[in-house]
Amino acid sequence: MSAEVLSAVHQHAGEHEHSGSNKLFGFWIYLMSDCLLFAAIFATYAVLSRNYAGGPSGKELFHLPYVLGETMLLLTSSLSYGFSMLAMHRGDRRQVLVWLAVTFLLGLGFFGMEIREFGELIGAGHGPQRSGFLSAFFTLVGTHGAHIVFGLIWMAVMMVQLAAYGLTAVTRTRLMCLSLFWHFLDIVWIGVFTIVFLMGVM
Amino acid sequence: MEHSDHAGASHGSYRSYLIGFVLSVILTLISFGLVMNGTLPKALLLLCICAAALVQIAVQLSFFLHLDASSEQRWNLLALGLTVLITLLLVGGSLWIMYNLESRMADHVQPAMHSD
Repeated sequence: MSAEVLSAVHQHAGEHEHSGSNKLFGFWIYLMSDCLLFAAIFATYAVLSRNYAGGPSGKELFHLPYVLGETMLLLTSSLSYGFSMLAMHRGDRRQVLVWLAVTFLLGLGFFGMEIREFGELIGAGHGPQRSGFLSAFFTLVGTHGAHIVFGLIWMAVMMVQLAAYGLTAVTRTRLMCLSLFWHFLDIVWIGVFTIVFLMGVM
Repeated sequence: MEHSDHAGASHGSYRSYLIGFVLSVILTLISFGLVMNGTLPKALLLLCICAAALVQIAVQLSFFLHLDASSEQRWNLLALGLTVLITLLLVGGSLWIMYNLESRMADHVQPAMHSD
């Protein structure tokens, strides 16, 4: 009898745990579909990457040390988000908030550098309308940048939710989804850095 | 609590995040250094930076996203495998078709221009 109750309780707890892990798995599936979106844009970029239409090539436009700086900001933000997750597993809300804030600032720094780069390109007449290469460039790098902005908004919302509700089962699951999202964006950036910037200046 | 989040990630530790970070920085700097240096022949350089990128993706998947071959993550891995397959078909197929098309178009245009 008591064993039955115990197993029923256990089962119930199991179901409860499952709703969090199902959400994470569902979010993982979303990320995979997002990955396919990026694959399509990468394919477009690869096809158009030499169509300069008499305009400038990547070699003339890209300043690699600047892009390396952006890359390092994004990588460091992945690390600080990891520290925030570790604090979450310890149940230390204050540390979670501190590391989330650090991640937010690093992400904002990355986005600021990207916007400055876009501004300079467009200001010099090298906007997306200049050539097929630049259209594909702005589409690919801009889509990644748009994801970063959504991640930053999400992060800001999570900081407010943590302050208001604390580390509940719901906020923990959301923080873990954002963790997947943020690390995923860093992985996409490896592709952007290699295919667009490194190959662009070769 | 320990089991509640296994679908997305096992927990990791300061050590694992730091290892992932340091490896990623090193791999990024290797690619950057090789391209800036520019002494390698182009084909070899291309091979090196692609290899560095693939290794870095693997490093981040395992140290940041904590993806491994454990049974809890079988479905995550399966979804990732399918995504990689479609990505390869999409990118590889597009490049194959478009370059083929380009070379065929060039073949057609050139004789016409010569005969003029």
